[in-house]
Amino acid sequence: MTQLALVIDLNVCVGCQACVTSCKEWNTSGEAGPLVDMNPYGADPTGTFFNRVQTFEVGEFPNTETVHFPKSCLHCEEPPCVPVCPTGASYKRKEDGIVLVDYDKCIGCKYCSWACPYGVREVDAQRRVMTKCTLCVDRIYDQDLPEWDRKPACVRACPTNARLYGDIHDPNSVVSQAIRENGGYQLMPEWGTKPANHYLPRRKTRITVREDELERADNPLKIDSQLPKPGRDEPSLDDVTSW
Amino acid sequence: MHPAFSVLFLTTLIGAGQGLFLALFSVEAYAELGLVPAPGSDFFAIGSLLSLGLLGLGLFASFFHLGRPERAWRTATKWRTSWLSREVIVLPAFMGMVFLYGLAHWLQFNPPLGVLPGDNFVLLTVLLGILGTLLAFALFVSTAMIYAAVKFLQEWHSPLTVVNYTLLGAASGFTLATALAAWAETGLVPFLAGWAIILTLLGLVGRVTSLIRNARIQPKSTLQTAIGIKHPAIQQKSQGFMGGSFNTREFFHHRSPAFLRAVKWLFLISAFAIPTALLALAMVMTVDPTNVLIAAFVIQYLGLLAERWFFFAQANHPQNLYYQSVS
Amino acid sequence: MAQTPSQEVKNTTCYMCACRCGIRVHLRDGEVRYIDGNPDHPINKGVICAKGSSGIMKQYSPARLTQPLRRKPGAERGAAEFEPISWDEAFDTLAERLGRIRETDPKQFALFTGRDQMQALTGLFAKQYGTPNYAAHGGFCSVNMAAGMIYTIGGSFWEFGGPDLDRSKLFVMIGTAEDHHSNPLKIAISKFKRDGGRFISVNPVRTGYSAIADEWVPIRPGTDSALLLAIIHEIIAKGLYDRDFLVRYSNAGQLVNVDEANDEFGMFLRSEVAGDEEEGCYDPQDKLWWDRKSDRPVVTHTPDADPYLLGEFHLQDGTSAKPAFQLLQDRVQEYTPEWAARITGIPADTIRRLAHEMGVTARDQRIELPIAWTDSWGVEHDSVTGNPVSFHAMRGLAAHSNGFHTIRALAILMSLLGTIDRPGGFRHKAPFPRPIPPCARPPKGPEAVQPGQPLDGMVLGWPADPDDLFVDEQGGPVRIDKAFSWEYPLAVHGMMHNVITNAWRGDPYKIDTLMIFMANMAWNSTMNTVDVRKMLNDKDENGEYKIPFLVVADAFQSEMTAFADLILPDTTYLERHDVMSMLDRPISEYDGPIDSVRIPVVPPKGECKPFQEVLIELGSRLQLPAFTTPEGKRKYRDYPDFVINYETEPGSGIGFLAGWRGKGGEKSLRGEPNPNQWEMYAKNNCVFHYELPKSYQYMRNWNKGYLEWSQRNRITRYAEPILIHLYSEVLMKFRAAAQGKGVSRRPPAHLAQRVETYFDPLPFYYDPLECQATDKHTYPLAAVTQRPMAMYHSWDSQNAWLRQIHAHNLLFVSPRTAKAAGIDDEDWIWVESQWGKVRCMAKYSEAVEPGTVWTWNAIGKAAGAWNLTPQANESRKGFLLNHLISEELPGGAQGPISNSDPVTGQAAWYDVRVRIYKAGADEPEVTSPQFDTMKPYPGQAKRPRIWNFFAAKGGKK
Repeated sequence: MTQLALVIDLNVCVGCQACVTSCKEWNTSGEAGPLVDMNPYGADPTGTFFNRVQTFEVGEFPNTETVHFPKSCLHCEEPPCVPVCPTGASYKRKEDGIVLVDYDKCIGCKYCSWACPYGVREVDAQRRVMTKCTLCVDRIYDQDLPEWDRKPACVRACPTNARLYGDIHDPNSVVSQAIRENGGYQLMPEWGTKPANHYLPRRKTRITVREDELERADNPLKIDSQLPKPGRDEPSLDDVTSW
Repeated sequence: MHPAFSVLFLTTLIGAGQGLFLALFSVEAYAELGLVPAPGSDFFAIGSLLSLGLLGLGLFASFFHLGRPERAWRTATKWRTSWLSREVIVLPAFMGMVFLYGLAHWLQFNPPLGVLPGDNFVLLTVLLGILGTLLAFALFVSTAMIYAAVKFLQEWHSPLTVVNYTLLGAASGFTLATALAAWAETGLVPFLAGWAIILTLLGLVGRVTSLIRNARIQPKSTLQTAIGIKHPAIQQKSQGFMGGSFNTREFFHHRSPAFLRAVKWLFLISAFAIPTALLALAMVMTVDPTNVLIAAFVIQYLGLLAERWFFFAQANHPQNLYYQSVS
Repeated sequence: MAQTPSQEVKNTTCYMCACRCGIRVHLRDGEVRYIDGNPDHPINKGVICAKGSSGIMKQYSPARLTQPLRRKPGAERGAAEFEPISWDEAFDTLAERLGRIRETDPKQFALFTGRDQMQALTGLFAKQYGTPNYAAHGGFCSVNMAAGMIYTIGGSFWEFGGPDLDRSKLFVMIGTAEDHHSNPLKIAISKFKRDGGRFISVNPVRTGYSAIADEWVPIRPGTDSALLLAIIHEIIAKGLYDRDFLVRYSNAGQLVNVDEANDEFGMFLRSEVAGDEEEGCYDPQDKLWWDRKSDRPVVTHTPDADPYLLGEFHLQDGTSAKPAFQLLQDRVQEYTPEWAARITGIPADTIRRLAHEMGVTARDQRIELPIAWTDSWGVEHDSVTGNPVSFHAMRGLAAHSNGFHTIRALAILMSLLGTIDRPGGFRHKAPFPRPIPPCARPPKGPEAVQPGQPLDGMVLGWPADPDDLFVDEQGGPVRIDKAFSWEYPLAVHGMMHNVITNAWRGDPYKIDTLMIFMANMAWNSTMNTVDVRKMLNDKDENGEYKIPFLVVADAFQSEMTAFADLILPDTTYLERHDVMSMLDRPISEYDGPIDSVRIPVVPPKGECKPFQEVLIELGSRLQLPAFTTPEGKRKYRDYPDFVINYETEPGSGIGFLAGWRGKGGEKSLRGEPNPNQWEMYAKNNCVFHYELPKSYQYMRNWNKGYLEWSQRNRITRYAEPILIHLYSEVLMKFRAAAQGKGVSRRPPAHLAQRVETYFDPLPFYYDPLECQATDKHTYPLAAVTQRPMAMYHSWDSQNAWLRQIHAHNLLFVSPRTAKAAGIDDEDWIWVESQWGKVRCMAKYSEAVEPGTVWTWNAIGKAAGAWNLTPQANESRKGFLLNHLISEELPGGAQGPISNSDPVTGQAAWYDVRVRIYKAGADEPEVTSPQFDTMKPYPGQAKRPRIWNFFAAKGGKK
């Protein structure tokens, strides 16, 4: 059984927000749109976005890590948002595991958002229905798009390729490999929601320079400069010993 | 959570309506057993109408909670999994039962439907009352379980939520029934006031228990599990937007801790202390206690509104871990 | 049933920032529905950033200007009272005024432009007009980077070169550098990290790319050269430099005259046959080495000779000489890691370790590619080698008044590690490398400016010695911004940040008309914003504005437009033709020249007209030679026609575009104009990519094949090798002039000391000028800005999506610094420099060095500007740091001097020192200063309060 998902590599995410606006751009004029913007040119502009990039600081100066953290619907394998929906508008697709909202069935009761610990569902203030990441379901199966283009907009946009996309149930997919090999993890595992989306942690590369590697036989200083010679009159053992 | 007034009114109004119905049927049951004087049928008819009014108002309020109320009919479809769906089924069923119960009393149409051993007749109103009672409890459970079933809201995720919704609804309904009795059937005042006091005090016990429980809750989720980084010092600097979003509006009460504390004391006093005192006063009053009892109900109801506000505001959703800071 | 909407995809080039990615614009019923990255484009390879993805919102912004506007008669400047006029009226007004000025004193017209990506055309217009008063924004951006590196290695970061992260093993980024070449760099850094490379970031702040660095080295702002010099110290002390590389490809072994009494002191010794050399803009190979084998002086690159890099030598005539490398070693002797630790705040052990990591990685992880090539001296190499240590830096290093020497130090460090145009190190991008300095020269004196004549010389150029300065008899400046004067001799990108102040003061003279294109000089592109806005409005004793006529061309209602007498509405990038030309700043990659174009995908809004068309029209009306036939007729129909047919000289075959030249498009780089050139670009993703043979892709400073190819294609005039200037004789010539030596021009007495000090042929550390002029006890903190990746300059606050991400800005402060001042997280505070103060909110951050405070650049806006509501967060809670930064510093008896690098005139944005304190409890929770609210202009769209954007609504929803 297929479970499509995103794997987000925090090791390379620079927090550029490309995934945020490319998502908005695709979806506002797509199947999931329009996504409203309220006060777009006034105080406290606020709109519907399916994907946000947040920033956290970990540790204290000078050992601080700045972590950029993209977050959208995690397409849980045990989605708590689905059974609570009174109309069946919130559902998980059997064929690919995508969690979707049927905007024609949604009554905008917001109950599913209460039942999501991740804060990834947003009621569109104008359409008054629940909206969320669709994994660009209107792109990934679109036969009019070339094969390479059948990916979520955020994945296509991401300049650092921090968003990997594929089937986490296929052990040979890039996402499964990435999870396996790079310590992929799920958010809030304590709830048993089994998010399909995973995150890859920061990994550090270090260089160790050993003392004896600093000097090498072909050190250019040996060519260009003589080792300093002591003055002839400086004291030496010769002055004080006789054998 | 953000306390939405539609939901505050819905839960408190239908709670009182359910409680009132339970009080009416308690009177009928006790009267059948001869434990209290049997009131006239108007008492039941007017009481049912009042209950129906409260339920109707609650239902009306609930529509304001929906983004798409015109599709509300769809909500009945997922009763297998959704407590909200169940509530949506049970509420009209219960209202229908209250209507039939009131109608039967008003028309004094009460044919015996059968005979039980010991020559006890099974009256129509009793049957309707039993069914209504079952539905009332089903509705208490459905309503409360909408909240208690959300495991992410640890403040709600407890049997106490069901207990308290039931007790508080019942208490306010009995208080209202007492006031009704004072106006229509004074003989019932001690009986109803007594039960109202008992239910109010039980409600107090239940609510204080949940306050104590909630004060001790260890949040299951932390910033560490939320973003999956193991470090004691993590701070959010940006939630990704600055002008607010659904996530900052729906899940935060945007009030100070001091305000929350004030609301807590307000509801403890006005939902429990004052009504208990007024009910007790009514029991010993020698003059007509109607106005005192109406005051008891109004004060208790307002207190329960505050209680419900607090119930929402106190609930801390784990999603809030992601929405702490703008920059 | 709704009709199926028509779908169409058109290729063009992004312009939401200066990165210039290839984009595919998806149109639905002719309306922009989606913009994504073009996978076949060499720059972005299909990706796109937050800004690029929000291009739609630029089209619909209510801040857009849609018709030419004239200040209402009687209305005050800055009151933003305008009336619409026709383009004909606008052109008539301009042509009459500019024509009159041109016939009397062309320098009374000044043209300054922002980040326009069309400097080839704007510069041509200025030159043809005959005014020297032209520059783009480079002087207040990162000119130190261009000058510091080009004067050292003949190329630079920027559009001119970058780190070869494909093969690098260690990558060191210094200072904020997020906004240049951003998508390619993001792609490369990610790949680099995944390939196991180590990424070190040196920055006072950990944001942006620094976030994903393996190590963050926090540093105090403005002290980078101390760090770099100490690393150089350690590299030399440990013998970790690439000697072979330095000997052959730099002037390390060349002998410098060290006889202080000698007139030639500080100059290279030259062979006696020097007189035979052709005088040209290149570095003649006539210097001397002291050969180790024969122990005598020989001409450099004498076969089989090997110079001493260290030592002191005495020529037969008694002249003492030292190799340049010895002088470098002497210079860094005192610059120990311990010394640098005190200045930079970086522990000495860390500095040492950084040096060791760089040196050992460079030395031990050598790359060898089986690519045969021939060097400039005819030696054939059967492989290209490289040392995989790379760097990147931009504005963080540049925007200090000691930035030039910092960047020289960086270029020298990169050279010591042997990483110039080699795999894994720094790589050039065509048309670089260029001679040191490049050949373009500014005019030499006031006589270059003549009524009715084009300017005699390039408007911007690269002085090679004091005789190339653009000064009058007394050594005074000729340009309004004083670039190329003794105050800022190597101001190679001009000094736009001083234009308004100078013009207002009439120093060096008054001007009549100032035309500003796409630069927000009344807001975030100016220092000292509050006073500069007053200057724009200031009147003389006759009641005339001190800057009499102000023309602003822009697509949006910026703060600057409020001060205009005439506003010319520009188009957006989706509505016009553009060229990313080899004559300007192309988008070349390491493997060869690339240029690209924009082709309109939607029609212009309202009466918007591309600024290029405005210049072509004006050039034709003014009958400027380049835009006019010999018969005096208009030469070019429009801008696309100009791009195709313009040649740098008649028959030169060099034009704005390098691709598909020749009558049928069969030629590249050079060739006759091709009438179908635009179509051919359109068919090819709007981009022309000339991939060099592998053997021409490396070592290009000294790669005979490449240099001759470059010469054949007239990218360079000469094919001479471009040796790295560890020691800069060019700088020494200016110093010598200041010391009264040599035969060149001499600086005025009051500047001699300044020139002598700062024209040091070797990099040295000094406190930035503003820091020298500040009481650091009163103003203990450095204040800097960084660039949010989702917001570019001031451009995008009108963008409905991007402004949700950055609606206002806060001042980031280390909690320990804040707490010491009694400031809580998100308190309202005052930030005060000796020049001004702003009220804003403080935000605790552990990712900032405690002696530094910082904020996002250019988020704050004036109320009502960019057609935001007066209540918008940008003006109520957002602020500019610019209010705290002065464009000038006290200069003594001769008046103020620019707050700039004394070598290049680079605006010293990041030198300001501040203190912070809590705002009073009774103060309003609004940023200060506030300005009068701007009103919407005629022709601007209404601001929607609720917006359900769905492209081409006829389509479906």
